[in-house]
This record gives sequence, structure tokens and C-alpha cells, in this order.
Amino acid sequence: MSKTFSHAPGFVAGDRPKIVTSRFEYSDSFTLERFLATDGYKGLRAALKRPATEIHEDVKSATVLGRGGAGFPAGTKWGLTPQQVWPRYLVVNGDESEPGTYKDRLLMERDPHQLIEGCLIACYAAGLSQCFLYIRGEMALAQERVAAALNEAYQAGYVGKNILGSKFSVDIILHWGAGAYVVGEETALIESLEGNRGMPRLKPPFFPAANGLYGQPTIVNNVETLANLPWLMVNGVAAYTAIGTKTSPGTRMVAVSGHVKRPGVYEIINGTTTFRDLIFGEEFCGGIRDGKSLKAFVPGGGSAPWFTPDQLDLPFEASQVGPAGSMLGSGAVMVMDETTDIPAAALTLTHFYAHESCGKCTPCREGGTWLERILRRVVNGEGTDADLQQLLEVGSMICPGNFPHASNQKLGLDAVPFPYKMTTICFVGPSAYAPVHSALTLFRAEFEARVKKRVTIPVTAVGVSA
Amino acid sequence: MSRLNEANTKLAREIISRYPRPKSALIPLLHISQEQNGYITREAMQHLGELVGVTSAEVYGTATFYEMFKFEPVGKYLINICGTMSCALLGAHELMHHAEKKLGVKAGGTTRDGMFTLAHAECQAACTEAPTLQVNYRYRLRVTPADFDKLVDDLRDGKLGDEIPQHGVLAKVRQVIAPERAVGAMAPEDVNDAPAWLDGKAAL
Repeated sequence: MSKTFSHAPGFVAGDRPKIVTSRFEYSDSFTLERFLATDGYKGLRAALKRPATEIHEDVKSATVLGRGGAGFPAGTKWGLTPQQVWPRYLVVNGDESEPGTYKDRLLMERDPHQLIEGCLIACYAAGLSQCFLYIRGEMALAQERVAAALNEAYQAGYVGKNILGSKFSVDIILHWGAGAYVVGEETALIESLEGNRGMPRLKPPFFPAANGLYGQPTIVNNVETLANLPWLMVNGVAAYTAIGTKTSPGTRMVAVSGHVKRPGVYEIINGTTTFRDLIFGEEFCGGIRDGKSLKAFVPGGGSAPWFTPDQLDLPFEASQVGPAGSMLGSGAVMVMDETTDIPAAALTLTHFYAHESCGKCTPCREGGTWLERILRRVVNGEGTDADLQQLLEVGSMICPGNFPHASNQKLGLDAVPFPYKMTTICFVGPSAYAPVHSALTLFRAEFEARVKKRVTIPVTAVGVSA
Repeated sequence: MSRLNEANTKLAREIISRYPRPKSALIPLLHISQEQNGYITREAMQHLGELVGVTSAEVYGTATFYEMFKFEPVGKYLINICGTMSCALLGAHELMHHAEKKLGVKAGGTTRDGMFTLAHAECQAACTEAPTLQVNYRYRLRVTPADFDKLVDDLRDGKLGDEIPQHGVLAKVRQVIAPERAVGAMAPEDVNDAPAWLDGKAAL
């Protein structure tokens, strides 16, 4: 049975295994008292009773996938630090701001101690000697809840010097962001944490695991990823991998928003739950609002190429969603019904990424802005046929070659698999193009209906060799 | 009077001491400065530069990257209406239109009495509860035009003073680390050895 709680707006509980949302039903879930009464810090105690290397092995063999967007296994990531280089740091990415994504904020507001416990387990296992918890600036309540929880945990001896009386000592420093989407990218997050403008660094050489915060080995993990660790420590690898599939074990939190009957944040079984289950299932969103039909959906946050009803039966499994032309990203599904004005919907996202470009890479800084301006005049009915071609040309300068898209039986389209080539350091530039490309590929008729049939000569830069 | 006051300078020094490098404290310090003055002033940036050991130009460089820092006064209440996809699909543009009419200012503007600044915002991570807005970074969810009118009236009447502090106040609860519990930050060049617990044995 689905259940909602006024103290956790958006969260919908169901009769499914709960790894990270088990305490959300309690209105006082953020207090140390409730946490301790519900197995809190048991995972930490269990971990400290074993050598650090064994804990690292457990996280590796459980294949705890990163929940921030890229889906890289956490245990493998921890193992990428160079041997015998100290100190190493943990940076927690709580800068949740990918359009459509709503889970890390809930985890920080509703169960901050679970996150703290996850940070401690990671620091212990990977030998990380200081932890920085970077929380998005606009999340005042999350800042307050995590600060209060840290204060309690320090006082009670769970964080700081000689944790639980052991030789394990680590500080967790709560850090405030100040509003910049790009800081969610791990190298930009590190720049920001060093007190700089949050502009991404080039990889290589700046792979954080080798060369991160202050040039030291640094592990950057997402909030939800770390929130998985306490349960894993208490229940063991076998229990964790018994949920979900071999390549996508456990659960994951997914926010479904837009034109569904019951939008919400659901903890779903990884790997097996399909988009159809999620959008139409009675225990989830219960179908499209007002008896309308599904037109399209964004499967993994604003950066992800769009899907149409043809892709509904795909499960939450990267190895199937990638070849189908998109990505699972940050667990954010945005649903559009038949009434949706597709060019206008795409514009909201392209505007977002153009606005959030940090300005470091020219194709993103200029290209994103061009995409937004051209798309805006198309939406406003002031575009021309040439503008549609221009959108694709500008996009191909951010992402040369084939850009991923979904298959579409009606249009006779074959899928182009994810990922894409890019001329920028990070994914903000390509993300400005993804909604334009998807919308134009899958719903070109809507754009053609918008443009005056007047073809003008596009203003393109002429290369020196031309 | 826009350098940090005595209490805030003390707080700033304590926060700086938590980081291996002082400049890392810059964004938290900018927040404290904005909380004290309502926005970021030249003198404040000069002072913060002195505190963390960088030029005021570097402080300005960092501060201007981030949306939350304001360089001129804004209203007592900053109302950010989300316009990104999930909110747009459920009426964010109509809500903004209504808000502009109700407050008599365009997005980006401040009411004449200095009470409200209205602004477009990007995704606020509450997408299932669209359309959303934040007043001084406190959420209002599934906002209807009627909800908006009531919110503005309540703020004008001072009814939400406890819940929504004036602009600049970020978090009412701060992290406090008792010196006897702190491990303490060390510059990376002063650390050469593996942490004590990596000796191959269990810690407990």
C-alpha cells in the first residue's frame, strides 16, 4: 500500500524493501534518539569491528553504484586512489540541482544521521582523513538538519576524535554552497570547496581520486550512495545483492514529476522496475493525469535524451537504457502528457543549462546561449525553417557526430546509443543540446508548425579552410 | 559598517580553522557577511580577503560566480519562483505572471517598500511538488495563485517571522565543534603517513 507523510512532502512509501528511506515514516526521523532506536550507528560499529580493507571489499563486492548520475561503482572508485599518497579526502556531493531530481534533499532533511554514518564508513574503509559535506546553498532546512545532527553526533562520540573510543578519528565539516548548478560536477565541486569560482577541471589530469582537493587523492560521492552503506554493513553483502539485479543491485530513489496522477519520490528495486511500472503502476504514479495519454518522458534528469511510449518497458538498468539512447542519470523522471507544448518544454531545459554554463568552454558558453535564443524565437513563432537546421548545427559543435536518441516505431527511427562525443570539459554544454535534439528528432512536426515557412540564410561562422 | 562585527569575526576564524587551507572557508564566510549586512559590500570583501589571505579581487571573483550572493540591497523577502521543466509543466509561468501582478513588479524587481524582491529561479529539487517557490530559501509547495496571495499577505503582516527569517539568514542552526572532540585540520603537506586505523587490524 502506498503511503504519504505530511512531514516528508513528496515521499511515497510502499511495500518494497527500504534501504535508505526506512525511517522516513517517523516525523522525528532526523533526531539522534530516533536514529539510535532504529539501528542507527549499528553499521558503523559493525564496520569498526573489522579491518578497513574488508569493509572496502564488501562495498566492492556489493557493487554499490553511484547515485549521482554517472552510476560508477563506489567501491571501484575508492580503489582508484594512488598507493601511499596521504592525506586523502572525502567530499560529499549534496549539491542536488539536476532538473527533476529530488532525493538527496529528502535524505539530508529526513535522515541526516544515516548520511553521517555512511560518510564515516566510507572514510574508515578508504582511509580518508577528513570529510567535507557540501550542501547546496538554497537548501536551508537540509543545512539546519545536518548541522544539528552533526552537533549531536560529535557530542555523543560518533564523529571526531577517537570514534566510539577507537583509533578511528575523522572530522566531518559541513560546507555551504551558494547557488551554481555546475558545482554538482565533481571537479567544479572541488574548485568551489577550495573557495574558487566553481568551474570544472580537465580530466586528465584532474581525476579527483588521484588529484582532487588541494591536489590530494579525493573521493567524491553522492549523498544517496553513502546513505546505502549503513544498511549494507548491518545486513551484509548477500542481503544487498539479493535485491535488484547483478549489475544493478539494491534499490534507488526516483522522483517522478510532471503530468502523472501521483507524482512522488519512490524507493524502487534497482534493475527490474520498469518505466511502465513507475508511471502507470498503481503502487507508483497510477498513470497520466485526467485520463490523458503519455507523449514523452525524460528518464534520468534534465540532461538525459528523451524517451517516448516505445521505451516504457525498459528497466532501471544502465546496460539497457544506454543502448536505447539515454541514461538513468540522477533518478529523475519527468512526464509529459499529450497536451504538452514540446518546443516550449524543451526551452525550459535549454534555458536552464544555458543559464548555468560557467563560461569556461566556448562551445557551451556560446553554443548554449545560441541554442536558447534560437529556440526561444521558434517557440515565440518568430523562427524560420533555417532556424531548425541551425539548432542542429550549433548542437553538433558541442557534440560532434551522432547524438543519442531513442528509437521510434512511428517515425521509423533506430536508437542511437548513449553516450556522445563532446567538445566541452563537462556535461553542461551537451545537456543544453539534449532536450533540443530529442524534441526536434521525435517531434519535428511541432517545430515545423511553429516556424514561418520563410527560409533565411543562417549566420554561420566560416572556417579558415573554407 | 560592513566588515564583519566582532562576534562574526570570531565565528569566521573558527570556521577558517576547520579547513586545511583558509580560502576554502570563503563561501561560508560570504554567507555570514550577507547575513550580517543583507548583501555583499566592498568593505566586506576586503575584510574577508584579509581573513583568508587573498586579495579582495579574488573574493569578488568567487562571490560573483554564485547566484545567492547579492551585491546590492534586495527586499526583506526574496521570492524565487522555479521555472524549470517540472514546475513549468504544472503552471510556473502562470504563477510568475500572477506574482508580478500581485506585487506590482516584474521578475527581478523589488517592491517600493523594500519588502519583496521577485525572481526567476532554476530547479529547486522539489519537482514532485510543482509548482514551487522559495522565500529566503524556505519552501512553499504546489503553490496556487491564492496560496501566493496569502503568503504575501502573511509576510506583510509579520505572521511568518518565526519560520522565515529576513534575507541573508541562511541556516538558523550552525555546526559547532567542541575543541576536545575535534581532530583538527592539517595542511596536506604536513600529513605524510597513512591514517592510524589502516594498520590491518579492526578499530574496535
